[in-house]
Parts: sequence; C-alpha cells; structure tokens
Amino acid sequence: MDAPEEPLPPVIYTMENKPIVTCAGDQNLFTSIYPTLSQQLPREPMEWRRSYGRAPKMIHLESNFVQFKEELLPKEGNKALLTFPFLHIYWTECCDTEVYKATVKDDLTKWQNVLKAHSSVDWLIVVVENDAKKKNKTNILPRTSIVDKIRNDFCNKQSDRCVVLSDPLKDSSRTQESWNAFLTKLRTSLLMSFTKNLGKFEDDMRTLREKRTEPGWSFCDYFMVQEELAFVFEMLQQFEDALVQYDELDALFSQYVVNFGAGDGANWLTFFCQPVKSWNGLILRKPIDMEKRELIQRQEATLLDLRSYLFSRQCTLLLFLQRPWEVAQRALELLHSCVQELKLLEVSVPPGALDCWVFLSCLEVLQRIEGCCDRAQIDSNIAHTVGLWSYATEKLKSLGYLCGLVSEKGPNSEDLNRIVDLLAGLGAERPETANTAQSPYKKLKEALSSVEAFEKHYLDLSHAAIEMHTSIGRTRSARLVGKDLAEFYMRKKSPQKAEIYLQGALKNYLAEGWALPITHTRKQLAECQKHLGQTENYLQTSSLLASDHHVTEEERKHFCQEILSFASRQTDSPGHKIVLPLHCFAQLRDLHFTPSNAVVHVGGVLSVDITMCSQMPVPVHVEQIAITVHFSIEKNNYRKTAEWLTKHKTSNGIINFPTETSPFPASQNNLPALELYEMFERSPSDNSLNTTGIICKNVHMLLRRQESSTSLETPSGVALEDGAHVLKCNDVTLEPGANRITFRTQAKEPGTYTLRQLCASVGPVWFVLPHLYPLVQYDVYSQEPQLRVEPLADSLLAGIPQKVKFTVTTGHYTVKNGDSLQLSNAEAMLILCHAENRAVIYSSTREKASDVSLRVQSSDKVTSISLPAAPAYHMIEFELEVLSLPSAPVTGGESSMLGMTEPHRKHKDTQKAGHCMATTDHKVSIDCPWSIYSTVIALTFSVPFRTTHSLLSAGTRKYIQVCVQNLSELDFQLSDGNLVDPGSSADLQLVPLNAKSPQHIHSKQSTFFVWELKWTREPPPSLRCQFSVGFSPASEGQLSIPLKPYTYEFQVENFFTLYNVRAEILPPSGAEHCRTGSLCSLEVSITRLSGLLEVDKDEALTESDEYFSTKLMYEVVDNSSNWAVCGKSSGVISMPVVAQATHRVHMEVMPLFAGYLPLPDVRLFKYLPHHSAHSSQLDADSWIENDSLSVDKHVDEQLDSSSIKSRGSVHSASSSEPKGLPMPRLQALPPGQVFNSSTGMQVLVIPSKDDHVLEVSVT
Amino acid sequence: MAVCVAVIAKENYPLYIRSIPTENELKFHYMVHTSLDVVDEKISAMGKALVDQRELYLGLLYPTEDYKVYGYVTNSKVKFVMVVDSSNTALRDNEIRSMFRKLHNSYTDVMCNPFYNPGDHIQSSRAFDSMVTSMMIQVC
Repeated sequence: MDAPEEPLPPVIYTMENKPIVTCAGDQNLFTSIYPTLSQQLPREPMEWRRSYGRAPKMIHLESNFVQFKEELLPKEGNKALLTFPFLHIYWTECCDTEVYKATVKDDLTKWQNVLKAHSSVDWLIVVVENDAKKKNKTNILPRTSIVDKIRNDFCNKQSDRCVVLSDPLKDSSRTQESWNAFLTKLRTSLLMSFTKNLGKFEDDMRTLREKRTEPGWSFCDYFMVQEELAFVFEMLQQFEDALVQYDELDALFSQYVVNFGAGDGANWLTFFCQPVKSWNGLILRKPIDMEKRELIQRQEATLLDLRSYLFSRQCTLLLFLQRPWEVAQRALELLHSCVQELKLLEVSVPPGALDCWVFLSCLEVLQRIEGCCDRAQIDSNIAHTVGLWSYATEKLKSLGYLCGLVSEKGPNSEDLNRIVDLLAGLGAERPETANTAQSPYKKLKEALSSVEAFEKHYLDLSHAAIEMHTSIGRTRSARLVGKDLAEFYMRKKSPQKAEIYLQGALKNYLAEGWALPITHTRKQLAECQKHLGQTENYLQTSSLLASDHHVTEEERKHFCQEILSFASRQTDSPGHKIVLPLHCFAQLRDLHFTPSNAVVHVGGVLSVDITMCSQMPVPVHVEQIAITVHFSIEKNNYRKTAEWLTKHKTSNGIINFPTETSPFPASQNNLPALELYEMFERSPSDNSLNTTGIICKNVHMLLRRQESSTSLETPSGVALEDGAHVLKCNDVTLEPGANRITFRTQAKEPGTYTLRQLCASVGPVWFVLPHLYPLVQYDVYSQEPQLRVEPLADSLLAGIPQKVKFTVTTGHYTVKNGDSLQLSNAEAMLILCHAENRAVIYSSTREKASDVSLRVQSSDKVTSISLPAAPAYHMIEFELEVLSLPSAPVTGGESSMLGMTEPHRKHKDTQKAGHCMATTDHKVSIDCPWSIYSTVIALTFSVPFRTTHSLLSAGTRKYIQVCVQNLSELDFQLSDGNLVDPGSSADLQLVPLNAKSPQHIHSKQSTFFVWELKWTREPPPSLRCQFSVGFSPASEGQLSIPLKPYTYEFQVENFFTLYNVRAEILPPSGAEHCRTGSLCSLEVSITRLSGLLEVDKDEALTESDEYFSTKLMYEVVDNSSNWAVCGKSSGVISMPVVAQATHRVHMEVMPLFAGYLPLPDVRLFKYLPHHSAHSSQLDADSWIENDSLSVDKHVDEQLDSSSIKSRGSVHSASSSEPKGLPMPRLQALPPGQVFNSSTGMQVLVIPSKDDHVLEVSVT
Repeated sequence: MAVCVAVIAKENYPLYIRSIPTENELKFHYMVHTSLDVVDEKISAMGKALVDQRELYLGLLYPTEDYKVYGYVTNSKVKFVMVVDSSNTALRDNEIRSMFRKLHNSYTDVMCNPFYNPGDHIQSSRAFDSMVTSMMIQVC
C-alpha cells in the first residue's frame, strides 16, 4: 500500500483504484493505525442507498488514504472523479488542553479553512484516546473535555463529525466497540460523500448531455465525462453500474449514427467518417486501451477506434461480471453493426480491410474468452461462440477470394498488391500479443502470406466451425459451412473432397424439401461428379436436373443433352449398362389392361397400356421399354380357377400410380395416401352380415419404419432384375409430358404374372423403376371343357314343352366340325326337335362371335346334337325343348298298380308340402366329344296340377266331383275332361254334367268337374275311376305336338246310400214357433233304405233267424252352440237290416238364440262289438280317436240302455253283451252310405218375451 | 421492411417463401433454412411450457452482416421466419412482433379455407400474398 508520505500519481488507471481519503493532523498516529484501518474497513458491507430510485446496494468499501494536501482538492470546474478526495480526516491524539489550545486548534482551523475554501464538506475529526498517555498526565482534565472542545469549536451543529477512537491498538472489548463505531461512522460518511458527490456529478453530466443539440457539443468530451463515472463505479466494484455507463454511451453513439443515416447529421460525427486507415482489430487483453482512449480524448479516433475502445471496456466489465458468453454475443452484434455503420456513414474502406478487422476481432474475442474460461465451460457454451467462428471463417474466405488465394494459380500481381495494402493497414503487432504464437495478428498475416498457409488456416477454421455446429445440433449451419468448403475445394480443383460436403448438404435439403437449395446443390454436385468422372452419378444428377422445374430451360436441355450424348457415344465395353432410377427420367402414371379384368386364357392376347410422363425437356428416343414379369404357378388354389378369375377380378383394369411430388421432403410427404375400403364379412351359412368395418389396405406402407440411411441419390440401390418373362416395346420416342405405350403379349403358361420392374433403355443408360407399386398382376388360366344344362325358367313343368339351355364351355378344347353331343334318351322325357335350332358362340369375354344353326338328330335311343366348330376358350350356347311325359300312362291294364300308387303318393305330397308341386326327376346321360366319360344330368320337372275328388250324394243319387287345382304360374286351357271306369261294367254309368267347351284355368285357381253315377244293378262296394283332361298352356296358340292329357286315378268306395237320417224340430205344443229358452222337441228318424247288401257284412251285423240287424249309434251335436240338447244326446240303436225300417228318436232341445237356426247335426256311427278285429281300413289316428270316444260313452251306454228299456222302444239283443268286457268300438259310416236329408234346414226361433232374463241350465 | 418472409411446416419444409429482390432468392432460401437451427434450439429450450404461457415470438434468430433473421413459432409448430435488412435500424422488436402476429392471423385464415390442404404449399391465397407484399414494401 502506498505510504502516506509518498506523493501519489494523479491518476492510476488500474483496477487498484480506490476512493481517495485524505489524512491531516498527526501523521505518526495515522501510520500506526493505518494497517488495522485498511484491514478493517472492507470487512463489513454497508448498504448504499442511491438517489433516483436506484436499488440500494451492499458494498464493501476500501479507501486509498493519502496525506492531506491542498493540491488534492479539485479546483472549480474540474470534473475528474477518480482523483476526487471523497473524505478528509483529521487525526489527533491530543489529550491535553494546553497542547490543544497551543497547536492542535490552530492546525484544525487551518485545515477547516482550506476545506471551506474548496467548499468541501466531507470531513471527519478523529480523536484517538490512549490510556497509557492518560496515566502519564495526572492532572489531565476529564477526557471528554478535549472532544467536547473540538466539537464545540468545529462541529457547531454536527457533533457526530468528531469521533473518538479508544485504545486502537489494544485488544479489548472496549477497543473493539470503539473501532466498530468508528468504522461505521467512516463508512457512512464515505457513502454520504459518494452519494452527494456522484449525484452532483451525474447532474452535471446530464446537463452536459442535454446540450448535445448545441453546435459546439462534442461526443468525445461527453464520452470522457461519462466514462469518469464508469471508472468510479468500477472503482467501487459496481461493475454493473459501470457497464450501464458504457452501454449508454454505446446507445447514444448508435442513435447518432442512425440519425445521421436519416439525414440528421451532427457536426462532430463527420469526424468519425474519415477513411479507415487502420484495421488492427479489437484489443481486449488490456483493461484500458490507453492509446485509443487518448485518441478519443484528442478527438482523433475513427469510428473503428471508438467502437473498439468502447467494446474493450464493455468486455472488461463483462468479464468482471463473469459473463463471458455475453461478450461473444455482443461481439458479434458489434461487428455486424460496425460494418453497417461504416456503410451508413459512407466511410471509405479499402476492400478487404473490414474483413481483416472482423477476422482479427473475432479471433481476439474468442481468444480472450478462452483465456478466462476452462475447456469444459467453453465446450458447453459453443452455442455462444460458434457464431464468431463461422463469421471469422466467412471473412477469411472472402479475403481469400479477394486476394486470389483460392484460385488454382495463386495470387497475381494485383492480388499481391492488395495483400500488401491489407497487411500495411494492420500496423505492427501489439506488444501484448507479440509473444503469443497463435495471435490473431500472426494468423492473419500468415494466412495472407501464401496459398498453402491460407488453405491451412481456412480449413482449420471451417472444420472447427462445422464441428462446433454439429456438436450443438446445428446441422443446417454445418451444411452451409460445408457447402462453402465444397466450393473452395472445387475452386482448388479437388472435387473428390468437395463431393462429400455436397452430398451431405443435398441429403439434408432433400430430407426437408427445400427445392431451391436442392437444385443449386445438385448443380454443384453435377459439376463435381463430372470432374470426378463418376459417370453414373453424373448422369443421374443430370437427369434429376433435367427434370427439375427450378432449373432454366436452357440448363435443363443442357443436362438432358449430357445424358443423350453419353448414350449415343459408343462405349468401349458394349455390355456395360448404366442403371439409373426411372423416376427422374419419367414417371409411370397409370396402367391399363385389355381385357380389362387382366385375366386371359392360355393363348389369348393381353395388351398392357401404360402412360409415362416424360420429365425431359426434349423428346427422347428410347430404344426399348421393358417390363419384367415374375411368373408364379399357384396350384390347387381356388382363387386361380378360371371361374373365380373371370367373376371376381376388378373390371375397369386401370391402375393408377401415385405421382411423386418431388418438392416435398421424401421422409414426410411421400407416404402413400390411406387406402381405405369397406369390409363386410358374411356368415357362410346364411349369408347374413356378421361384421363390417373399414380396413386400410396399405398399412404396411404407412407404418413402415422410415429408413434413415437410404439416399435418394445413390444409384446402387437399383438392382436390375433378370426375368424370363419380359414385356417389350421397342423404339419409342418419349415426348415431354404424357406418353402412351402399349405392350402386347400372348399368354402361354397358366399362372399369375406380376409386373415387377419397368426399364427404359437409352443406349447403355437404363432407367429402371425397381418396383411397381401398387402391385400389378395378370392371370393366365387354362380350363377343362365343360357342359352345363340348365332350365331357362325357375323350374320345368311336366307335360308341356320346356326350354333347356345348353352351354358348352370349350376351355382348351377346340370343337371341330362333326363333334356332337350324344344324349341317351330317357323314357319319359322327349327331346323335341324343331326344324331349326340356333346356337350362339361367344368368346371368352362374352362377346358374341357367331350365330350358327344346329343340327339335332333323334333316333329311338339317342339324340345327337352336332356342335358347330368353335375355337378354344369359347362358349357355345343353344336351347332345346324337352317334354316330360306324365309318368302314369293312360292305357294298359298292367298299369293299374301304378295307378293305385300314383294318387296315393300325390295325396301324401299335398299333405306334406301344401302348395308345392309334385316333381319327377329325369336323368339324361350325355356323351361329350372331349371326354370318354358320360355326363349325367338330372332335370327336375314339376307337375302343374293337383287333383282331388269327392263323392256327393242326394238321397240315393250319387255324383263324383273332381277338383283340378293349378299350382303353377302359367294359365292353362283344359279340354276333354273325361272320367271312366276302367273296369267298366255296363250296369254302371257315368253321366257328365260338364260343359263341353275347353276351360280356362288361371294360375293358382281350381276347376271342378262333376259326373253323376248311375247304376242298374246293385253297385259294387268300390268303384275305380280314371280322370283325364287335356291341357295346354293358354298363352301359346297352336302347339306343334299333341300333348298327352293329364290323368288322375282314384277309387270310390261304399258309395251306396244305406241310411237316411232326418231330423225335425217342432215347437212346443200349442206354440206356433220355437222360442228361445223354451224346450222344443227334436224328432230324428233313421231309415234303412236297402236290404242286406254286401257292405253290411261286418261285425256289427247280427243274425237271428234270418233276421238281420245291425247296431248303430247316433249322436246329436250342435257345434255352433245354437241349441242346448236336454237329456241324453246319443244312443245306440239296433237297426234291422230291412228296407224302410225306421227308427225314431225323440229328444228335447232348447234354442239359445233367436232367428233362423240350422238344425243340430245328427251323426251316425257303426257300433262294433269289442272283440272284433279292428278294421284294416282305419288308420291309427282314427282308431285312437274312436277309442277315446268310447271311453266317454261307456257310462252313457248303461244309462242309455236302461232308458231305452224303460221307454220300451224297439230294441233287441243288446243285453247279450256281457258287462265288464272290453269296450265296443265306433266306426263312422262312410259319407256315401248316410244321407242326411235335413241338412241345410233351418228353424225359425223367435225371441221369448222376457228375454232380458234368461236362465239356462244345462245338465 | 421485410426482405423475405417464409412459412415453414412443422416438418421443416417450406410452405411459403417469398423474398425481394427475387434475384437473390437462393440466398434467402439458404438463410431461412439455416435459421431453422436456431428455431429448433429455441423451441427445445422452451420445452414443455404450458401452451398458453408460451411466447410464440422467438426473437432475433441470428444476425448476419446484412440481415437480421427473426422467428416465430405457432403452437402447431409452424414457423414463420422473417428476414429484415440490417440497415433498417428503425425496425424495433415491437414492430417485428406485430408483423408476425399479422402473418399468423393471415396464415390462420389460409388454414380456415376448406379448399386448402394443410401441409400443402400456400400458392393460391391472394389475401395471404397481398398481406406479405404489404409487409415487404411498407416503409416505416
């Protein structure tokens, strides 16, 4: 530390600056205290409250204590702050009043006067008390008296201006206390002084700044003033505040420059516009660049000088503030703005000078930062410095280009002169860096000295920049530097080194889809590849450029010509092919098959049309365009059968290929569009919808992993496939734009053919599309000949001529003239031969090929159809008429067996299937010319009618009714209805009651026929009948052949009437009409109409003395609930088998309703004894029915019989039946044997008078 | 004012890029493309900040000697890049911000057009074009 005696230099511009405090009074005393004082003062921070609302700060105070001299006090108008004494302290040890009065007081007064003269109010008087001294002087006054005196004498209002320091050199608590109080006072006073003096200074400074619009104002003067403030802040370690001062100066200057640009020029600024003569870069290694500062002070600084100085100060402060990265950032801004400002101020700068300045400055800043940071810090903050690196690289590059250091031949004399000029502007190296090996100055000088040195430095810088960019993920910036490097290499004629950078850059641009940079880089790459002699790569790049719309038309033609001229040049190795991807030459737009379903039979011709969009600017003659086809046989695959193929393959046959949209980046936008399809899944059994949804058919394309490594530019990725099957098209000229090319091929082997590759060859240059996507296939099939016979309508009807379609699918068989189909005739089916049959021949695509007549020859056994000659894979279609004969022949006694079964079967059919038609099958076996085996074909015919019959009686007269029901969809004409008894006897006669004219029977309608049956002798118990009716379709006029009539056979049994039942209801006696609710009598009379007949001979017949009787049961039932039968409703009677024997039954019935009521039914049963074997005629159902009936009747019977007895009615041997035996059975009398003569009769019932109360009790 | 205006898709390919003077188009393409480095850096530095709190304006991406490149990123990661002549010192941050906001609004209008496929080049929007033109020629 400075000794107080030594005279201080006026200004010390180092960081050792401290605020000055003067010391007056006892110098020895101060010297003894000084070490403790200087050590204690900065120990504790003090809060500094600031004016203008600035935030208070804690600061550690330090001071430079100097001996008080009058010269130190600033004169009026001196603005220097650094030399300004902020505090004046007077030290005294005096404890003796005498001494005080004698010397100290005078001294103090003198000191005070000097201070007052300079209007300095920041002073302090320190009285040091020493116990040792006090002891020596016994007669001393109380120690306070001296202090009080001083306070009294000098500090009239500010008693705190006098401080006591007790025993400063001892180590006691009192000493400590006293020190603390003193130090606090000292600090407070210092800060007060700072606040006051700095505030005053700032006010003055501001006033000066406000004068800046006045003509004589000088920026340099003002700069010096504000910098003084900055120095003070720096001195007080307030770097932030110091930096603010410089930043304000910076901003002020910048604003002036901007205003100057806007035409508002300040006088002083013109000085900065002097031509730049020195460009030696920033100097950051000294805290203060005195040289430059003096230039500014002398107002001789240039713009670069001012900027350099300003930045060096900012840099220093930022580094104090531990913000080196801000230095880097600000440096870049500074360099940019300096360049701009020089432009704006139109300062004349020799070419290259600025580049030198920027280059040096960049490196200086970088080295300065490196100098104060460790490696790790630098590495993690590359983002801040990389800008400077690339800026330096850029500048060195432009210097190199400027000075001819990049050209192959090296600099010429003009370049050399320029270099000399530039080096001269650098001046001599500064002493600070003279010993540094890698100083920016040395680097630049060396780089400009020779081509080799330049290259070395340029490469060093470039590589460093690329590496840094890459390391922080700035790949794009790295690519750009790389591209500059590539340009450099190209200039240096070393394309092999340039290529990698160009490729890298291109890949990057392609990946992100930047069209213009792609084009530009490709052009560079093309040149590079040309130099390198990479023929394939060059041709590929050329083709890409030739198809690039961002390239001018001339250039496109040039690149296209490059390809064509290479192609036309005869190469020394003739087999050599150059394989290039197709997409840069032409694009495949769509593909179209003929036939459109892309299915062709063996030997058939398939043509493939493709549309290719040529990208070349000029027409290109292509020697060959070929599509490689992959062939595969899939045997046993249903999907590959001819039927499936012809039915299921898409019919439009146009396949569109997605167009490649080149401007979009390959990685993102070349994804194919979603191919979504509806999907329905039906259950195989009933074809109902099971599931439905949407499926994406190209998931494999969409979800494919992005291949990061594939480069679009490498031709090696295209492999030329060698396939046995190739579709070719020779000598095509592709015009720019769309071209249509047709391939034709004849199908040979059956199987699936997949189109794989498309390649177009121009001389030895092959443009190959390695994969066709979407998948394109065509199928070739081979088919066995086939015959199909099927009815034209839904079903065939028996009995009338029906058309049947014959389809011969020739398949691989060629039908020759003379080939014929041999049909073995079925018995009951005729093939009707018309005079002319026509056959139509269709091609495989269902186009009508020809129409020829067909010859059909029929013999007894065989019908032969001569087929017309037809080529393979054609279809012959013709129709024949067939007639199914009714299977029941009309004549011939031997057919009676059939006749018996036929109606029975029909009966069952109708029972089973309701309205379904009965069917008959006919099998035809056909011999085909292509096969040694016969084809058996079954045809099913339906009988259009259903017939039922019924027997009707009127007393003893009998009628037979036949109902014919038409089940088919057709209308028929019925004629000649006829009913005969085949076992005809003369005594039976069937008298028709029908119209003679033909009858129309519509679809789903019925027609009835009736005959009366007459006999002369006793009729047989059964009668066999045969009904026949002629029929023909009503719609057709004249039929060519006579049709066989429709027949129906049936049997009528027990048709002779045995009993007549007659019922009558009589009103109660005295009444005229029956009334509801009143009992009426029902009279039933059962009359036997004939004597003993054959039919009566059954178990019910009892014989006693040639007197026959039979047991009958009657029953009165009213199903419609009109009547209430009172008393018993049924009974068993014994009926004598004698004509006109009558049995009467009387019972009471009560009508329940008024009106004309039908009579209750009277039913008659045969009452068979229990032991008789039951009738074979009864089927199971009726038997069970009867049985249950008999159970019900059992109790009745006893009752019944007793009642009969009591009435004494005609009754015979019923008692002969033992009780308790198995029950008797009831058998319904056949409808023909009973005639109910009262059927349909009605009785008038009138309502009773009091019909509102009707009580009916039925027992 | 602005010498180049670019709209860049999320995947970093240009949706729209226009510059004056046109003869230097390539240079601006390179410049805008390179500036994406800084855009990426700034976006990743922003991290997963809440969307509504995120500042869309990225500020000065990087200055070059002659131009200043400013960036702006929408919430859907579409980037706007504007290149301004360095000599145009009158252009302050706030003006750049408001220009970006205008650009964003106009871009939103383009997106609202049902005939515009998101991700396609903005080619046929006259409104957008004229808005960009106005930003390029307007002199402050």
